[in-house]
Amino acid sequence: MSLLSLEGLTVDLPTPRGNLRAVDGVDLALAAGQTLGIVGESGCGKTMLSRAILQLLPKRARVGGRVMFEGQDISKLRPDALRRLRGPALAVVFQDPMTSLNPVLTIGTQLVETLQAHLAVDGREAVRRGVELLAAVGIPAPEQRMGQYPHQLSGGMRQRVAIAIALSCEPRLLIADEPTTALDVTVQAQILDLLARETRRRHMAMILITHDLGVVAGRTDEVAVMYAGRIVERAPTRALFHGPRMPYTEALLAAIPKLDSAPHTRLPTIEGRPPDPTRRMPGCAFAPRCRYAEGDCVVGKPGLGPVDAGHEFACWHPR
Amino acid sequence: MAVLDATLDTGLIAVPAAEPATSRTRRRAGTLFWIALAWIGLVVVAAAVANLLPIPSPTDIDMLGRRAGPSGEHWLGTDGLGRDEFSRLLFGARISLGVGVLAPIIGLAFGGTLGMLAGYFRGRFETLVAGGVDVVLAFPPLVLAMAVTAYLGQSIPNLILVLGFLGIPAFTRVARAATLSLTPREFVTAARAIGASHARILLRELLPNVALPLMAFFLLGVAVTIVVEGALSFLGLGVPPPAPSWGIMIGEGRESLDVAPMLAFLPAIAMFLTVLAFNLIGDTLRALTDPRPGAL
Amino acid sequence: MAGFLSRRLLGLLPVLLAVSLLTFAIASLLPGDLAYVVLGDQATPENVAALRHDMGLDQPIAWRYLLWLGHVLEGDLGRSFRTGQTVLTAVTERLPVSLQLMVVAEAIGLLIGIPIAILCAVRAGGAFDRFMTGTAFSMLSVPSFLSAILLIYLFAVELHWLPATGYTPFLEDPIDNLRGFLLPAFTLALGEWPVLMRVLRSDMIATLQEDYIAMAKAKGLRPARILWVHALKPSSLTLVTVTGINIGRLIGGAVIVESIFALPGLGRLLINAIYTRDLIILQGVVLLVATGFVLMNFLVDMMYAALDPRIRHGRA
Repeated sequence: MSLLSLEGLTVDLPTPRGNLRAVDGVDLALAAGQTLGIVGESGCGKTMLSRAILQLLPKRARVGGRVMFEGQDISKLRPDALRRLRGPALAVVFQDPMTSLNPVLTIGTQLVETLQAHLAVDGREAVRRGVELLAAVGIPAPEQRMGQYPHQLSGGMRQRVAIAIALSCEPRLLIADEPTTALDVTVQAQILDLLARETRRRHMAMILITHDLGVVAGRTDEVAVMYAGRIVERAPTRALFHGPRMPYTEALLAAIPKLDSAPHTRLPTIEGRPPDPTRRMPGCAFAPRCRYAEGDCVVGKPGLGPVDAGHEFACWHPR
Repeated sequence: MAVLDATLDTGLIAVPAAEPATSRTRRRAGTLFWIALAWIGLVVVAAAVANLLPIPSPTDIDMLGRRAGPSGEHWLGTDGLGRDEFSRLLFGARISLGVGVLAPIIGLAFGGTLGMLAGYFRGRFETLVAGGVDVVLAFPPLVLAMAVTAYLGQSIPNLILVLGFLGIPAFTRVARAATLSLTPREFVTAARAIGASHARILLRELLPNVALPLMAFFLLGVAVTIVVEGALSFLGLGVPPPAPSWGIMIGEGRESLDVAPMLAFLPAIAMFLTVLAFNLIGDTLRALTDPRPGAL
Repeated sequence: MAGFLSRRLLGLLPVLLAVSLLTFAIASLLPGDLAYVVLGDQATPENVAALRHDMGLDQPIAWRYLLWLGHVLEGDLGRSFRTGQTVLTAVTERLPVSLQLMVVAEAIGLLIGIPIAILCAVRAGGAFDRFMTGTAFSMLSVPSFLSAILLIYLFAVELHWLPATGYTPFLEDPIDNLRGFLLPAFTLALGEWPVLMRVLRSDMIATLQEDYIAMAKAKGLRPARILWVHALKPSSLTLVTVTGINIGRLIGGAVIVESIFALPGLGRLLINAIYTRDLIILQGVVLLVATGFVLMNFLVDMMYAALDPRIRHGRA
């Protein structure tokens, strides 16, 4: 049994311009201890997908399909049961630690309250574990940090605190939603390595969401590429980087700037923009931007089909 | 007196509408707006034609028919001195509305002018005006109104003057803020570029745009003034008796709460509905003219 | 911070000076000669002239202002010619009653306003929220003397639960003291809670959209903790300011309420001074109340700056 499986997940958001389908029928499975990267441009629905897994969607959102976690549909759980799951089973690291840590509570409070909400520990023990966690995520002088407020820390340190909070109850699945986007380039790799190291050590499953293929390279077991609310390609990380089948993935890979290209080389880009998500289109959503597109591409949507050894893609004319 | 102080002092009790206005709430607000308008129309007409109606005089005392119940002769009964309650309500509307509308006109005229000039010309003049506004606002308005009427003596014209003066700082603030936000706009720059005089820019370009927020504030000012006039009259420091003002009627009705509570409640209801109506209309207008909550 | 503080304090001086000037102008320039008031029936031209000379009323007005200001700065605000009491004693005697009234009223206002604001914010746009926002808006149109009458009618006349008037010093009988304060404080609170509720509600709605609230939910915290700790604390900055300012502003309402409920506070002192045309007391009380008002606003300004470093730096 997989740890997490999404079955036909859809998320619709009513907007003044009409219904916006943010997630359009996603099927996905993740085994315990596995790491999965979800890659896509901004607006492709990857954040809504992660919020749907966490059951943190805005109230007006309508959800279809099932989110199965350890065999139960968590979208049907009562609030109290869901609350007990969050923390010890499901944890999250958000994009910007500046906004995801409460500015008026100390680091210690925010760490200790999580421990006390789920584990039977007294205040002293919780503080001791909090210090331990801060040390484990590489924060120097953790005792002093406990009494400080988020704005007294640097961005990288703040994200380490957020990771410590997420790890505090030993979750079985960690969702990291663009965990390095808001950080300085110099600390991005450190944070990613920290996440990779801790998931391996604690045998946690992780979903790493990013717009940057470079982030997932070498750090996840599998990669899923999202476009316009759908998963368009999914493969073991190595296989995806070596042999992308879907033209969108290919274009994404080509768009990674190469260190060894000559000076003043034009950066490759993907022409056009993603489709308007409030308008349904019958064919492949990438077709208008795809240089391999043919007539049949705009008529029917390609399904996600397997080729070999866990490599799936949705394309009528794969590479 | 929170409403009075908050409104006079901070300009408006502005609270952003953070939730999306669904069509349902919008339509509800619309009906309420028209009901409020209808109520004010009714009160204005009643006050205007009060002396044409076949009702007893509001000041005729009848010591034998005190606190009588409703009858064909006295539709709403009589008060503690045997005066006709219905007639006093109508004539009371005349005074409460009269003071309530005339006093803010003074504030509107002087405050509006000062604020526009300060916001347009800036510089030392603006500093002086802003300083003056701060000083007058340093006095709790009700306390200042009481002190001044105590010296001036109680009369309706004095009351209008005092309440009008107290409104000047608030109107100045609104006009100045609106002018400040408008002056850098293109249409003013354009008028300057074609060589328009200051007077022309102020009157033809700025005034029509400042007028709307000032109008909305004027209506809120009417509500506040009715309340302050009521409070002063209630304490016996406003409109001199025997003239019937709602505040006086409530004050007199208080003496007989145990035997004839209606004598206090009728004018109280009239005042509440009228103040609420002015607040509603003013607030709706303000929301229309300025979607930004923190504009003041 | 020290530089900021001294700059703000310096800016206070001209305002206070202007306040004293305006107070003096009201008392001296408006018609109503003090000598006539003091003498009453015995006002003959000779008596008036003699008294005016004694009181220094025949001096030039600018000189009189300076003399008066000098006395005020020495702490001498004058003496009532009716009771012989100095303004300062009269005020210090009455001030605690008014302060108690205003603080209790504000506390009740917060007690009503905060829970309602939170409940409204949690389901913003829902039925409860729309009902309470509407109620708050209507309550803002109810003058305090109206709520006073309604409360007296309900709790004193009909139910006989609480006294309509009367004051017992706290040290004499704390229970009676509080019973006497309940209706007047509640009267003021009825006008206060809508203001506090509206301020907190809108801040709270904004806070609940923040990432750290999503984070708190993702941590599996109890809803009560999320609301009362994670959301309320960062939302209460404006509330703190408004509460501070409003305690000072309640003096206007206190004047009316004290007079209705016969509480011997500053408001009653002021109104009695007006009724008896005790102009020295009147002038002194107005000056002190306005000064207190200015200082209170200053204090709130400072408190706000202390709470939010961005303001301190932005203005300095």
